[in-house]
Amino acid sequence: MTLRVDDLRVHYRTLRGEVKAIDGVTFDVGDGEILGLAGESGCGKTTLGKSLIRMDGRMRLAGGAAELDGEELPIGDDHRMNPFRFTKVSIIPQYSMSAMNPTRRIGRMVAELLRSRGRQLDTDELGRRLDLVELPREVLQRYPIELSGGMKQRMVMVISTLLDPSLLIADEITSALDVSTQKAVARTLVEFRDRGFVRSMIFITHDISLTYQIADTIMVMYAGKLAEKAPAGVIVGEPRHPYTRLLISSLPEVGVRYTDRRLAGIPGEPPSLLDPPAGCRFRDRCPLAFDKCAEEPPVVEVEPGHHVACWKA
Amino acid sequence: MRRYFGRKLLVYGLTFLVAVTINWMIPRFMPGDPVQSMLARANVSQPAAVEAMRAHYTNLFGLDLPLWKQYGNFWAALFQGDLGTSIWLFPTPVTDVIMRAVPYTLALLIPAILLSWWAGNRFGAFAARRKWLDNTVLPIGYVLTATPYMWLAILLAWGLGIVAGVFPVSGGYSFAMRPNLSWEFVGDLALHWFLPFVSLFLVAFGGWAIGMRNMIIYELEADYSTYLSSLGAPQRLIRRYAFRNAVLPQITGLALQLGVLVAGALVTEIVFSYPGLGHLILQAIQNQDFFLLQGAFLFIVVGVLAANFIIDVVYVLVDPRTRTGMGGEAA
Amino acid sequence: MTAVPARRHEGLYFAIRNGKLLAGLVVLVPLIVLAVAGPMFVEGDPNAYVGIPASSPSAEHWFGTTMFGQDIFAQFLYGMRVTFVVGLLGGGLAAIIGMVIGFTAGYRGGLVDEVLNMLTNIVLVLPALAVLLIVNAYLGIRSVGVQALFIGLTSWPWAARAIRAQTFSLRSRDFVDLARLSGVRTWKIIVREIAPNMSSYLFMTFILLFGGSILIAASLDFIGLGPSQGVSLGLMLNNAARWSALHLGMWWWFVPPGAGITAIVGALYVTNVGLDEVFNPKLREL
Repeated sequence: MTLRVDDLRVHYRTLRGEVKAIDGVTFDVGDGEILGLAGESGCGKTTLGKSLIRMDGRMRLAGGAAELDGEELPIGDDHRMNPFRFTKVSIIPQYSMSAMNPTRRIGRMVAELLRSRGRQLDTDELGRRLDLVELPREVLQRYPIELSGGMKQRMVMVISTLLDPSLLIADEITSALDVSTQKAVARTLVEFRDRGFVRSMIFITHDISLTYQIADTIMVMYAGKLAEKAPAGVIVGEPRHPYTRLLISSLPEVGVRYTDRRLAGIPGEPPSLLDPPAGCRFRDRCPLAFDKCAEEPPVVEVEPGHHVACWKA
Repeated sequence: MRRYFGRKLLVYGLTFLVAVTINWMIPRFMPGDPVQSMLARANVSQPAAVEAMRAHYTNLFGLDLPLWKQYGNFWAALFQGDLGTSIWLFPTPVTDVIMRAVPYTLALLIPAILLSWWAGNRFGAFAARRKWLDNTVLPIGYVLTATPYMWLAILLAWGLGIVAGVFPVSGGYSFAMRPNLSWEFVGDLALHWFLPFVSLFLVAFGGWAIGMRNMIIYELEADYSTYLSSLGAPQRLIRRYAFRNAVLPQITGLALQLGVLVAGALVTEIVFSYPGLGHLILQAIQNQDFFLLQGAFLFIVVGVLAANFIIDVVYVLVDPRTRTGMGGEAA
Repeated sequence: MTAVPARRHEGLYFAIRNGKLLAGLVVLVPLIVLAVAGPMFVEGDPNAYVGIPASSPSAEHWFGTTMFGQDIFAQFLYGMRVTFVVGLLGGGLAAIIGMVIGFTAGYRGGLVDEVLNMLTNIVLVLPALAVLLIVNAYLGIRSVGVQALFIGLTSWPWAARAIRAQTFSLRSRDFVDLARLSGVRTWKIIVREIAPNMSSYLFMTFILLFGGSILIAASLDFIGLGPSQGVSLGLMLNNAARWSALHLGMWWWFVPPGAGITAIVGALYVTNVGLDEVFNPKLREL
């Protein structure tokens, strides 16, 4: 196992109290596995991704633990986390377009970043990786503003994976791109995995059809909890959780980008995570809800590798 | 880049045109006979001087000529460096009077501007996101930048000059001295220079420190900073990048503040009777010496335009985005 | 992204907990009250000769008297009022010009933008005080209103530039497109869609212009180009300097007016930063 996350709880500190953005999530990611993480906006998927590498000032680790390559990952301790960042865990952020310092030549920035982490820049290797993502090597002499959006995206992908991390978090990296570029980016990520640049990956997106194309396993989150996790084919082909089913059926067709922030097909809204209701969090919107749903459904492994949190599953 | 400078120079050219036109227009479109009112207001006692001045000004204004010709002549005189004759120091040409004052003003302004900019930026960047410094030093910065230049000058002159008696509070050098190249004289100059300089420096310093502090906080929140933090880069590197990026708007800010800084120097000079342009302007106003006033005005405009151009050049050298022709210039 | 509390409510919440905003207002509000109500408690002309010349602060004359026996406290109260009026009129006019030019340039773009941008840049590099010197010296400005008018006419450019940039970024947003597609007139779009979306920004711009106008007016008054009648804080400084208050050790003559200006402008600036932190979630510290 590369990554093992156990009962993770991450809260956001807000004025009205703590928002339980991740409320007890357990899962693991194997060697060479690409885990697709899907769900509506606000389900906690981005929070989950961030908390595995760097929590922002408002986030707080409320419980649980993470383990990477058999070693504890001190995700609640910003300082102790530093040695892991970039070398063991890395991220391709949502904001790739603006992730590079605008006033440094890219090559120099990369060299300075590496030096600050006590590494030397391996120019040949960097060049090979640029070739792989079809960026001319001259980009290193350029400023970020001279690159197109797609080029910046690929450059950031190369930078983030330069130290061959065990775990790469790709956070909504395709939402700003057009469909054909999305596919190219997705293919590149798979290639990175195949070539061993990254051992395993969490691919976060609200676009389940894109996830399906690259992920080995898909994990669907709802309101800060795990709803269902199964091999990609199973999630799309025979989902068990009613939420996953609605999510899949609301897709126009596989391959078409799904952008709506709130699900058009599912009436209602997710509950407030400030003070989430007891029991199943989906029950207010669930067509199958019954009395038992007032109790919280445990995550059950219904088949090997297929976990569902629903009484009806 | 050529386009960038082309536009800048066009703006400066037009600005100069506007300034000269204002200068030309105001006395002519003032109600009444400008020569008459000028002579009436000028406190000149000798009748000979009055007659000489009347002839001079009537000729100079050329009021019997058509307007366009007057305007043309005005420009022609200007290019010969002829700004008219001072009334206050009749018959010294305005250009000479101004040239005598300019070194003093520059000696105050240039060090005050450069040092306050440098120190303010360093200090502001250092204070940002360091809670203790931020909360104690920042209010001082706000008070300083809100202080009218002349008031700080008055307070310093009173406190360090009159009460403590450490510094002289009037003039560019002691009355007893004659300008010469001796250490004694230079020391005396420096002693007279110090308080006006400190006064200008402090007010400007407050502004730069606050500007930099606010700017760098934005930069530390910027995406590239977050990305570097996510990759475990040390704060040192992140702050260095943030500083470099925050300095760029501060350079633009320097250009924007030039007018205010010059104004500050003028009133500071007045407080200390420092023999620069500010002092000159005060004398011109009190003696109704409009030629001198107009000359000083044009001089200030030209100086500010030149400084603006220098700042533009520096900006291009510092911001790679302007050099690569990809835009990014602040104007 | 998760469960964001209502924005308005949140703004208020941060407003009453923001130290800078509170500190600014604690200084500013009493000064405004003083400037508005103060002169009512002072009988007669603040320039009248009412006491023994050059007397230091006492129970009778709180801030002492001038060389000529004028009551400095009375002058101070009237001067504060004038200072606020200049700030309000000058800053207000500059804000209006800046908004008109900024909105038009930013929204229209193209040639209109080019022309307005050129105009803005010209006025921007023209040193305002120097222009005001010439204008005031020749025209002999006598009233506070005219002084404020000229200050407003010269100090708008940076505001116009900033508003233009903001408008530019709002112009292509969905809600503006929607309004445009549904045939709403340009000015209505600007007033109804664009301006409200940057209202906090506009307000902060106004505050800065307000403070700037006060400082320019004080400088002009100090040089001797202020309103010749009446009283202002800058004029008080001018008189103090002219009649050698410094050398005579009459600190009570020059300390109050400068302190008044500094307090007003400083409080405005601090309030402005406080507002910035309230409006801009990124700057908040939890």
